[in-house]
Amino acid sequence: MNFHLRVWRQPNAKTPGKLVDYRMRDISPNTSFLEMLDILNEILLGRGEEPIAFDSDCREGICGTCSLSINGEAHGPDHPAAVCELYMRKFRDRETITVEPFRVGAFPIIKDLVIDRTALDRIVQAGGFISARAGSAPEANSIPVPKHEADLAMEAAACIGCGACAAACPNGSAMLFTSAKVSHLALLPQGHPERESRVLKMVRVMDAEGFGNCTNTYECEAVCPAEISASFIAKLNREYARAAIRRGAGE
Amino acid sequence: MIGTLDAKIPHGPLDQKWRSHRDHSRLVSPNNRRKFEIIVVGSGLAGGSAAATLGELGYRVKCFCFQDSPRRAHSIAAQGGINAAKNYQNDGDSVYRLFYDTIKGGDFRSREANVYRLAEVSNLIIDQCVEQGVPFAREYGGLLANRSFGGAQVSRTFYARGQTGQQLLLGCYQALCRQVAAGSVKMFPHTEMLDLVIVDGHAKGIITRSLRSGKMHKHAGDAVVLATGGYGNVFYLSTNARGCNVTATYRAYKKGALFANPSFTQIHPTCIPVSGEHQSKLTLMSESLRNDGRVWVPKRKEDRSKPPGEISEADRDYYLERKYPSYGNLAPRDISSRAAKEVCDEGRGVGPSGRGVYLDFADAIKRLGEGTIRERYGNLFEVYEKITGEDAYKVPMRIYPAVHYTMGGLWVDYDLMNNVPGLFVIGEANFSDHGANRLGASALMQGLADGYFILPYTLPNYLAGQMGKRPSADSQEFEEAENEVRARIKKMLDVGGECSLDSIHRELGLLLWDKCGMSRHAKGLREALVKIPELREKFWREVCVPGNGEDFNQSLERAGRVADFLEFAELMCADALARDESCGAHFREEHQTPEGEALRDDENHAAVFAWEFQGDGQPPKLDRELLHFETVHLTQRSYK
Repeated sequence: MNFHLRVWRQPNAKTPGKLVDYRMRDISPNTSFLEMLDILNEILLGRGEEPIAFDSDCREGICGTCSLSINGEAHGPDHPAAVCELYMRKFRDRETITVEPFRVGAFPIIKDLVIDRTALDRIVQAGGFISARAGSAPEANSIPVPKHEADLAMEAAACIGCGACAAACPNGSAMLFTSAKVSHLALLPQGHPERESRVLKMVRVMDAEGFGNCTNTYECEAVCPAEISASFIAKLNREYARAAIRRGAGE
Repeated sequence: MIGTLDAKIPHGPLDQKWRSHRDHSRLVSPNNRRKFEIIVVGSGLAGGSAAATLGELGYRVKCFCFQDSPRRAHSIAAQGGINAAKNYQNDGDSVYRLFYDTIKGGDFRSREANVYRLAEVSNLIIDQCVEQGVPFAREYGGLLANRSFGGAQVSRTFYARGQTGQQLLLGCYQALCRQVAAGSVKMFPHTEMLDLVIVDGHAKGIITRSLRSGKMHKHAGDAVVLATGGYGNVFYLSTNARGCNVTATYRAYKKGALFANPSFTQIHPTCIPVSGEHQSKLTLMSESLRNDGRVWVPKRKEDRSKPPGEISEADRDYYLERKYPSYGNLAPRDISSRAAKEVCDEGRGVGPSGRGVYLDFADAIKRLGEGTIRERYGNLFEVYEKITGEDAYKVPMRIYPAVHYTMGGLWVDYDLMNNVPGLFVIGEANFSDHGANRLGASALMQGLADGYFILPYTLPNYLAGQMGKRPSADSQEFEEAENEVRARIKKMLDVGGECSLDSIHRELGLLLWDKCGMSRHAKGLREALVKIPELREKFWREVCVPGNGEDFNQSLERAGRVADFLEFAELMCADALARDESCGAHFREEHQTPEGEALRDDENHAAVFAWEFQGDGQPPKLDRELLHFETVHLTQRSYK
């Protein structure tokens, strides 16, 4: 297959970037999108040009490292999937494909297609955990958890932390990400002691990092490679309201 | 056989060694802990859990990872599960049985005392993870569910769909985040360790390079903990993430740390077959699939290109069930992989390349319904569909073995400390618990055991004598180490050749897969030992590394890793050649039973082979640690 690529090139955060055109020829439909970029980089090296910087690691859709918008869509057209799971057979021959980094104010560009997502780590550091010191845990089966709730917690916990939700959102909101962690931990009995402080702190940091708010466009859910449901955002809102009211009532 | 290495295994009966060792280990009091700085390199299950736990205890921890966030360490990709001897299924499991299965699975090439300790703490890990909120699979009554895995006849594996590694890692990442917020752990993401610093014979620091800014830093600590994972990427194609590398452990080796059993690499039987030249990695299909999938190939070569549905039952060879009736499709990994290679070598392999076997769910779907199979393995079927474009509910999966895990690693004693004092090595980066073959669902167990429940007890044993001995990062040893690293980077950038890094790495990978892969023989290994130095010379003569060292430069990152692989590969082959027996995943064609199984030589090889660096261009020196079996009786492994 042949493609016309337009790839975002930007030397660093301070220098403006631009789209650069590349022609790709004879690409097998069974090549993954990132492998095609590998091939392009080999060609660039051969021509003495600088290869395109892009991030990836596991290349099987679980580590959440890859972070490309393709034709304006976070992770490209084959949802649900991370871009490393996208194969060229999903494109038309001779298609023009525009490749950009995730565009989110809270994710500054480091170089070309590589972005800085440490803001997501800081949201988790604010309270996205259960304080359980190693060695202090009770017997694992001492607290039964209804299967339905455990399964729902697992659905929320499946988030891979890629940030596509924020990239797809017109408001650059990270509420799907935050709601997944808040819901995962609020659904389990082990998460209850810190349930209120957790949601209040995480939302505060989420706002402080410059992420926007949810206006129910559901773009996040549509691109999420882990199929996190936007209904967790509703749960986040309920958890937040509950916590704020209880705090307000002095409890 | 002479072995000089002493693992410092505590005396006493096997089941009391760990308790008595803990009772007699030295402690560091709470108000002194903050005076110690611990460097932890790696943030996967081992490194993440160690950094979090040491932070909880009050030590000051610096944790480094090359990924942009600790949550992306490659432990995240582990699918199937984690073993523990809870015996929740009432099917006869016990600490002893988990210990025995693990040591037998490793073909009696691991230490009894270490493996027993691992089995002992396995139950604590499940308790800990559940308390952290790891959403393990549960039964309708709300209690934890289990499934069975290769090499065991009990169901002792805990799992979170096909994402157990992800959930365990997020559990320890969250514990780590809590410590970062508390100020006890300082996190250095996007940072790579490029050398170990040794001061007065002790590991006291590291040299790092920020992958973002290219800046080099010197970090001094009271102890250095390496949790940098395995080196499967030496084969170029493996199930490892792109970034996995040997650099940290290999640099430590070059500073005097012994490297043990480097040739012990696990080839996982169930991966999606190689499809083309530009493939960048291989994808694992969890071993748990073998609970319900049946492995087969056509009985006749002529049928290999027929669609699987057109091959009648009578014409199929369910070779694992045929050869190993009592374990069947759940035979251990090394055995299943070799059996797949064997049928493909006979010309009965399926798929375009002929290097593939079927993993068929038709019977399980008939028995349990598609819904149950979807619930158990849905996400794995989706991954398979994405990569191959095929629907495994309708046609059998095609699978083939691929490099997956490395049992070898830096040598450690019972305290998980290397021969270099102050250097601790945990998780896949050490060699300690899996012998010559790791059983499924044991890697997650070992990583977390080391980090949560072993290192926090053994590290103080060293630290107690080290109060006030942390050197300044400005001392001469640090200067020298940094200068060496700078010189090496400059040398790499100055080559200015035209040969691409990937092409050299790919060539190395093919060579190792051929000569030091699923089966090895002396002649092939000798050939590899001639070719590897040639390839290395080619690298230093012709490689093209663009850009500079003072910037974000992914080519440079990878070049450094490939350069280390090119040296390390030689050590692997030397080890495979020196180990003149077959055991577990190390299959020397010269040593096999009449049925083609691995034939051990316990008299001369019941030992850990630990290699000592002697200088560039010099052959490494072989030390041995003799393995003493006081409890188990060494037998020919049988899964028939």
